Order: sequence, then structure tokens, then C-alpha cells
Amino acid sequence: MRFEAPETVEAAVALLAGEAGTAFPLSGGTDLLVQMRSGRIAPDLVVDTKRIPALREIAREAGGWRIGAAVSGAEINEHAELVAAWPGIAEAANLVGSTQVAGRATLAGNLCTSSPAADTVPAMVAAGALARIVGPAGKREIPVEDVPVGVQKNSLAKGEMVECILLPAKPDRSSDCYLRFIPRTEMDIAVVGCGVSVTLDEGGTVTAAKVALGAVAPTVVVVEDGAQAIIGTKLDDAALDALAKACEAACNPIDDKRGTVEFRTEVAGTLARRAVKIAADRARGVV
Amino acid sequence: MSSIHVTSAVNGDPVEFLCEPEETLLDVLRDRLGMTGTKEGCGTGDCGACSITLDGRLVCACLVMGAEAEGRQIGTIEGMADGETLHPLQKKFLEHAALQCGICTPGFLVAAKSLLEKNPDPTEEEVRYWLAGNLCRCTGYDKIIRAVMDTAEDMRKGNV
Ligand SMILES: Cc1cc2nc3c(=O)[nH]c(=O)nc-3n(C[C@H](O)[C@H](O)[C@H](O)COP(=O)(O)OP(=O)(O)OC[C@H]3O[C@@H](n4cnc5c(N)ncnc54)[C@H](O)[C@@H]3O)c2cc1C
Ligand code: FES
Ligand code: FES
Repeated sequence: MRFEAPETVEAAVALLAGEAGTAFPLSGGTDLLVQMRSGRIAPDLVVDTKRIPALREIAREAGGWRIGAAVSGAEINEHAELVAAWPGIAEAANLVGSTQVAGRATLAGNLCTSSPAADTVPAMVAAGALARIVGPAGKREIPVEDVPVGVQKNSLAKGEMVECILLPAKPDRSSDCYLRFIPRTEMDIAVVGCGVSVTLDEGGTVTAAKVALGAVAPTVVVVEDGAQAIIGTKLDDAALDALAKACEAACNPIDDKRGTVEFRTEVAGTLARRAVKIAADRARGVV
Repeated sequence: MSSIHVTSAVNGDPVEFLCEPEETLLDVLRDRLGMTGTKEGCGTGDCGACSITLDGRLVCACLVMGAEAEGRQIGTIEGMADGETLHPLQKKFLEHAALQCGICTPGFLVAAKSLLEKNPDPTEEEVRYWLAGNLCRCTGYDKIIRAVMDTAEDMRKGNV
């Protein structure tokens, strides 16, 4: 195995594209090193991205935010302005592992690992985030939900890497929330995760919404019917019931020791209900 | 396979080492630098026994590659006491009997020190969340939490 720590994106792409064997970008390493140790992967080349200054930045872009691919969850949560703008993204990043793990783990790594239970992915999807991907053929931007294509499989081509995550400009009276259910209070993998973003008008009616579920299917699920169920409403009980039903219908989970199919399905509806209420309170500036 | 030459600093002292590309910083500390205070419990980020600081940030040494340490500042348990004088957290751990077998202790101490540097007045809940990635199979945690809360109080009062 070779280890490289280039200082520019161009150099990183050239290394990844030029390797004849298997090449992996290294962000926080909280998945990569575990997979190397277990023998699941045996890279010929590891490219540490953390010495590329642009990948370490949190900055404003196009009225929204650009979060460099090597920015850790801890750094996101220390950025007061970003936390205020996108509390759901921040709380999802904060849920990833322990203090030690969140000190290294990145949004880009969480996305590219393509675990069904990845916590930040439903939050990013709900926020309408894009991944800016850079590779030998140049740059492109795709919705984050197009990155994971199966369990531990992503859509990136050889030589490509995520350069940053882009969060859109936030309309007035908009906010987001991410909730997950785990069998204990810390350090476990999501049984269900739910990210929601909403925009309200001055009277409190929902004008836009996005709902995404994690851990209920091989990849993140966008619940379009759930969003439609609450748009045009003031989140009355009937709207919340319809949202919960739509989320239950969108689930295609597995049975495992953390939860049965039935349980996961019910929890998905319950979390969506709770998350949308929190997001709406945040959008109103109540919390 | 060619070894990588790395220059960094451990507890403020410059160090140089050669490591293989796949070696973790935990392997380097223990096997190359002979600093065995940092423990290996799981090797997969779950137990916190290998807690160190990297450029001031609390991390698991088992999830850092040795080669990543180039130019970085590493903080380990060996840097906690000042010569023969124990750090207040170390004294409180002894006073409260917050350890039994001791394998988790260096990790807890490094993690707790990093918490108190960031937040000198944590609530019990904050201490428990901060230390949730440090596992202990002996103490039942309560004495550890009390030792950390007690240290924080003493340090705030300037008693130490
Ligand atoms: C103890 C422990 C607890 C955990 N708990 C959680 C949890 O609660 N929730 C959760 O979702 N996850 C959890 N994880 C998994 C892991 O921490 C997250 O998935 C994390 O976000 C991965 O980010 P990273 O930066 O460490 O990725 P890395 O390990 O650096 O990379 C992960 C994968 O993505 C690829 N990659 C990295 N950066 C890029 C890039 N810029 N472009 C393209 N590909 C890239 C790598 O090659 C690798 O295949 C846990 C892990 C551990 C060890
Ligand atoms: S040895 Fe590193 S977390 Fe257990
Ligand atoms: S004292 Fe034995 S594991 Fe903590």
C-alpha cells in the first residue's frame, strides 16, 4: 500500500485516477481504517485529503454554504452560524459516533461509505444538499441522494472524489431537523433516521418540504408523498397522520437485532411526525 | 513496500519515526515510540482506550494512520502529569477509586482533560455524553463521572 497526502485537489485526482490498483480517498478514516483492519478492503493507495486547504473550509457560497469534504462533524458543530442555519445537519453530524469519532468523521465520508444507516445522509437529502464531485473529467454537482447506489456502493467513477457538500440558500421561515432512534442513548447505529426540512409562509402554512428516511431500505429514501401530505397545511393532526402513513409506506427495512420490520416501519412514521414539528418550530423561531 | 519518514511532536517533544503506510498512529506510539500508556482495546474506534489529541482534537489513535501525523502535535497520557506531580484529574481518579484494572483509564483521562479544556463547567449529562465513547468494563462509570465532576469543581475554584 502507498500513502499520499497531496495539497491540491488536482494532485489528489491525478493520484486516484493514476493508480492501477484500488485507490481510496481518506477523510476522517472512521470507516476506512475499520474496513482495512477487518480485511474487507486492501487498498493499493490511500490519499489523505486533509492537507488540501479548500477541503478544510466552511464558507458561504451562492447564498448557501459550502462544507469542504474533509471538515469533521465537530468542526461543523463549532461553527455557530452554520449550526443556526442548518441545525438538522449539525445534529446529525453530532450523532455520528463518540466525541472521538465526530472529531474526525466527515459528511463526505458518511455519504461515500453508503451505509443504509448513515446519519448525516437523510439530513443532507432533506436539506436539498448537492455533492460537488471532482474527477479526471472535471467537476459536476449531483444531489446527495444520487451518491449511494447500494449497500456500501457509491456512484463515483474511478479517480473521482467529493470536493464539498453544498447547502442551498435558505428561504425565510425555513428550518430542518434530524432525529434517529437507537436502542440506547449514545453510540449505536440508527434503527431509523429521519431528516425533514420545511418552509412556512407568514401564516404558518407549509409551502415547501422534503422528507428523507435512513435505515429503512438499502439506500436513503426520499418520501415525496410525505412532503406532499404536509405542503399546504398548518401541520394539523390529519396532515401529520398522512405524513406518518406515507413514511410507513415508503419503508422497505430489514429485520435485525435492533428492530423488526414492523417496528422500524412504525418508528419511521413517528420520527417523521416529531421531526417535522421541531423543524416547523425552528422555522417559526420558537426554538 | 517503502517505509514513510514522519516528523511530528508528542507532548511537545519533537519525534521522528519510520512507519509502514498501513500502520496506525496507535501502533506507532506503542511499538515504534515505546509509549505504551495509550491502550488498545478494540482497534475499531469503539472503546476509546486509545484516546489521544491530534492538533488539540480528541481522537482515537487506532483510527489515525501513522503517516497522517507528519507535522502534527500529538498529546498522550504520558504528557499529563508534570514530572512526579499528577494532573488534578489523575489525583481525583485515585481519590474516587475511579479505576480497577486500569486499561480504560488513560483513555478516560485524556478524554476528560480535553472536555475540561473546552468546558470547565460541564453538567453531569455533558460529561456522560462526552465520555460515551470510552468504555469501562470494571467501574460501572459512576466513580469516573464523579471524579471528573469533582475535578472540574476544584479547578474552577482554583483549588488545584
Ligand atoms: C465507533 C464508531 C461509531 C460510529 N457511529 C456512527 C453513527 O452513529 N452514525 C453513522 O452514520 N456512522 C457512524 N460511524 C461510521 C463513520 O464514522 C461515518 O460513516 C463517518 O461519517 C465516515 O466519515 P469519515 O470521514 O471518517 O470517512 P472515511 O473513513 O475517511 O471514508 C469512508 C469512505 O468514503 C470514502 N471517502 C472519504 N472521503 C471521500 C471523498 N472526499 N470523496 C470520495 N470518497 C471519499 C473513503 O474512501 C471510504 O470508502 C461510526 C464509526 C465508528 C468507528
Ligand atoms: S482501541 Fe481505539 S477505540 Fe478501542
Ligand atoms: S477499570 Fe477496567 S476497564 Fe475500566
